[in-house]
Amino acid sequence: MQRKLLLEHIDVPGIQSYDVYRSKGGYASVEKALKTMTPDAVVEEVKKSGLRGRGGAGFPTGMKWSFLAKPEGVPRYLVCNADESEPGTFKDRYLMQHIPHLLIEGMITSSFALGAKTSYIYVRGEFFYIIRILEKAIAEAYKNGWLGKNIQGSGFDHDIYVHPGAGAYICGEETALLESLEGKRGNPRIKPPFPAVKGLYDCPTVVNNVETISAVVPIVNNGGEAYAAIGIGKSTGNKLISASGHIKKPGVYEIEMGLTVEEFIYSDALCGGILNDKKLKAVVAGGSSVPILPAELILKTASGEPRLMSYESLADGGFATGTMLGSGGFIVMDESASIVHNLYTFTRFYHHESCGQCSPCREGTSWMEKILHKILEGHGTISDIDLLWDIQRKIEGNTICPLGDAAAWPVASAIRHFRPEFEAYVNNPKQQLEVSYYDHCRNLASAEV
Amino acid sequence: MSETETIKFSAETEALMQNIIGRYPEGRHKSALLPLLHIAQADSNGWLSVPVMNRVAEILNIKPIEVYEVASFYSMFHLEPVGNCLIEVCRTSSCWLRGANDIVAHIEKRLGIKDGETSADGKFTLRTVECLGSCGTAPMLQIGEQYHENLTMEKVDQLLEENRNTTKHSTYLDHTTFRTV
Ligand SMILES: Cc1cc2nc3c(=O)[nH]c(=O)nc-3n(C[C@H](O)[C@H](O)[C@H](O)COP(=O)(O)O)c2cc1C
Ligand code: SF4
Ligand code: FES
Repeated sequence: MQRKLLLEHIDVPGIQSYDVYRSKGGYASVEKALKTMTPDAVVEEVKKSGLRGRGGAGFPTGMKWSFLAKPEGVPRYLVCNADESEPGTFKDRYLMQHIPHLLIEGMITSSFALGAKTSYIYVRGEFFYIIRILEKAIAEAYKNGWLGKNIQGSGFDHDIYVHPGAGAYICGEETALLESLEGKRGNPRIKPPFPAVKGLYDCPTVVNNVETISAVVPIVNNGGEAYAAIGIGKSTGNKLISASGHIKKPGVYEIEMGLTVEEFIYSDALCGGILNDKKLKAVVAGGSSVPILPAELILKTASGEPRLMSYESLADGGFATGTMLGSGGFIVMDESASIVHNLYTFTRFYHHESCGQCSPCREGTSWMEKILHKILEGHGTISDIDLLWDIQRKIEGNTICPLGDAAAWPVASAIRHFRPEFEAYVNNPKQQLEVSYYDHCRNLASAEV
Repeated sequence: MSETETIKFSAETEALMQNIIGRYPEGRHKSALLPLLHIAQADSNGWLSVPVMNRVAEILNIKPIEVYEVASFYSMFHLEPVGNCLIEVCRTSSCWLRGANDIVAHIEKRLGIKDGETSADGKFTLRTVECLGSCGTAPMLQIGEQYHENLTMEKVDQLLEENRNTTKHSTYLDHTTFRTV
């Protein structure tokens, strides 16, 4: 196995606490940055590392940082996106729960690079028990001189505050997050202006994911080049994957990018294979928003190459035969899973979470949920499948924020790859209902546990 | 209920609220709205009445409507009374794949209520919710601050039993959650 960068010390007893974290080399990146580097030099290392945003979009972090506007006398902010609400994703929670000081350390080092005197960690409201853990870690960091005024005698001042959300997936979208942080409804803003120019309180702001900010720690410690040497091509470094669904060992895995999907699913050290040794049917590789792929296409690309866990390989073939790495929320379905019902849970989710500003998203998600429900209940028609296709096409690209696309892609890909299953629901509703909808959940719940 | 009717929180709660307001820059106190609503709700039997929201508006010096429109946007704010024990079961993909529907059906049967309802004795409210970021330990549910993961029917029964006689509301947070300065 390759070296872990984020989870290296995750099993050390007491690593949640400051003393143990520090004894394992914690806060070295802050020391190094503050004492031996300029802010620009830190940005330079992050650029060299090739680190890409781990929140879903994969935008190069160093580039994002270099876009930050720096007008005289205007405060700049770093905001950590810990809203983690994309179905299938639970890696940020894992990091914050088990090694909270890593995020705090990353926040301080990153804020130094960006010249931010104040930063906020926006945590989804359901995670109050995580907020408790973070607050304790922050208090320890203040006590030990890593936060507050004149940190370690460097002249750099920094304060970190945790801010709770209150149950709204849309607040993970960066401009909705900023609205929410300002005490408003989570309605995404129209871009431009981008947060780098006009973000929190109209000030220049960088919004980064928990895992992205945490990755800054090993990058500063070991240098950007060392980080870039890990991984494959433009997918540098390690990635946390949240694995769930029908696998033997669900959980969070830190993998080097470039690992084959097959090894990830079947290796005993990772997911351990399909639950009850059933057959793999489909995978949603990067959180609910990315296209679902059938077993053949997730294991191998259309040209027959092994599919790798990397931004490029997962996207190989475009949406016709590929998908996206997204947030790394890897949901596995075995042969008994109903693609149609799974899609229904996604579509209901997007309908529930649409902020309602754009009519294609607000109305389209509502209709898609209703139609899927009708099909599941055995009342669908073939033209309903075509209607679903039509609606998703009309949402895609026609909305203020990417939630619209995120709602459209799962529908498009499910129909693209599994149309016969939709048709079976229409043509033979009774059988479908028995086999894959009700019984399936029933069997699972009673057999496994 | 009118926009002027308000209540007072305990001195301790009001002090905590002032402390939280201090986290945001001068002139940006409205930022404290979500944390203040959370604290207000936890102090008010788990839901936000109009007078409670009016008091939050007063504290932040904003219009009541600015509070209502926010409170109604977010799913964790309850604008009607909920049972002492609010059970929120995740129903999204990964949990559904691992049997969440059965967990919901089981709770419905045990409590004699449907998704979204409160039991006649006011003790339990059942809600299905979207992904709680705990998909690897599915199926799961949340009661107050606590996540309950890798659920089995036995575990669910035990949880119902444990909560049958609670007189305290299951709140998402308490006064010790936030760091104060
Ligand atoms: C609907 C929607 C939900 C999102 N949810 C999250 C989230 O929960 N966490 C996150 O880090 N990014 C989320 N994003 C991406 C953010 O908008 C933003 O790109 C990200 O926080 C940037 O950080 P990164 O560059 O470090 O990935 C979401 C985007 C959309 C459109
Ligand atoms: S696409 Fe949907 S979630 Fe995004 S702004 Fe429009 S209505 Fe809101
Ligand atoms: S799908 Fe249930 S916690 Fe994510």
